[in-house]
Amino acid sequence: MTTTSTHLREMTVNGAAVASAAGTLAELVAAQGFAGVKVATAVNGEFVPERRRAETPLSDGDRIEILSARQGG
Amino acid sequence: MNQNQPLRPLSRPAAPSLLTVYGEQVASRLLLGTALYPSPQVMSDAVRASGAGIVTVSLRREQARGRTGARFLDLIRALSVHLLPNTAGCRTAREAVTTAEMARELLDTDWIKLEVIANDDTLQPDLLGLVEAATELVKRGFKVFPYMTEDLSVAERLAAAGCRVLMPWGSPIGTGRGLANPHALRTLRAYFPDMPLVIDAGIGAPSHAATAMEMGYDAVLLNTAVAKAQDPIRMAAAFAAAIEAGRAAYEAGLIEPSDRATPSTPVAGTPFFDIDPAKRP
Repeated sequence: MTTTSTHLREMTVNGAAVASAAGTLAELVAAQGFAGVKVATAVNGEFVPERRRAETPLSDGDRIEILSARQGG
Repeated sequence: MNQNQPLRPLSRPAAPSLLTVYGEQVASRLLLGTALYPSPQVMSDAVRASGAGIVTVSLRREQARGRTGARFLDLIRALSVHLLPNTAGCRTAREAVTTAEMARELLDTDWIKLEVIANDDTLQPDLLGLVEAATELVKRGFKVFPYMTEDLSVAERLAAAGCRVLMPWGSPIGTGRGLANPHALRTLRAYFPDMPLVIDAGIGAPSHAATAMEMGYDAVLLNTAVAKAQDPIRMAAAFAAAIEAGRAAYEAGLIEPSDRATPSTPVAGTPFFDIDPAKRP
């Protein structure tokens, strides 16, 4: 019997501490409730385009930003 | 006139000309911010009343499972205007470049209002960071609208970096103090006769905006003066009228101020002209 590790990664998502089993940015974005929602993402200060989220692995300590449009001057 | 001779173009157009930025023609010379309004409905109505063809937006963190951004975008898209996302709050070139990339994907535009802020009290642009970010963004294919001071040397560096619009402040963001340094703004206008120049920030009253337009500035970007007015919708219309009047005045050609009075009514034919004042009863 194979055991799958369900290691929870300790990350910071939009400034808040999050423990998540998500292994990729795409999984994390879905877990945060943004599947099918237009958001923009960055990991550790670097932009990650939507098409690359599934191939972007996450690690403990990563800082993730999930942004959307707002009022601005 | 010889029929084969081409018509000479007029030196100034007869009707106020359109604003052209990065190849896009925009009917209004007012660019309006979307923040600080009492409600989303008032914001939408104010944008419509202003006639603005370009509005600024920002990027902010979305709450988990939130739809705030999607709702806001629906509201903005209904206005059928160009979106100019900003990098407000960024303090380094790297933050600004990342934010610009995120904005490009989210809003499907390569326009970016570049803000790199140096100081929280004055919201003064970090001019070195601004040039660094603009250089990188132009390399990445962005059309950069840099929020800058009126500094001529920075303007030259931004132009050399590939910026085809420059946006000097009138005075610090949100102060409503108008054009704090008109001499330097005139100098900038004179040095860049063909560069679209937009006064961005510090405008408090329609008269400030009209003055900028009379000086030959191509457009004015403002937010607080409309959003925080008692009646933002009427104030938006007031700014639109002032900017149109200022532009028309610039294109019509203002007279030079003079220290000496000159009568506007003809002197010839003035009655009683030959009577010595000393002999009048």
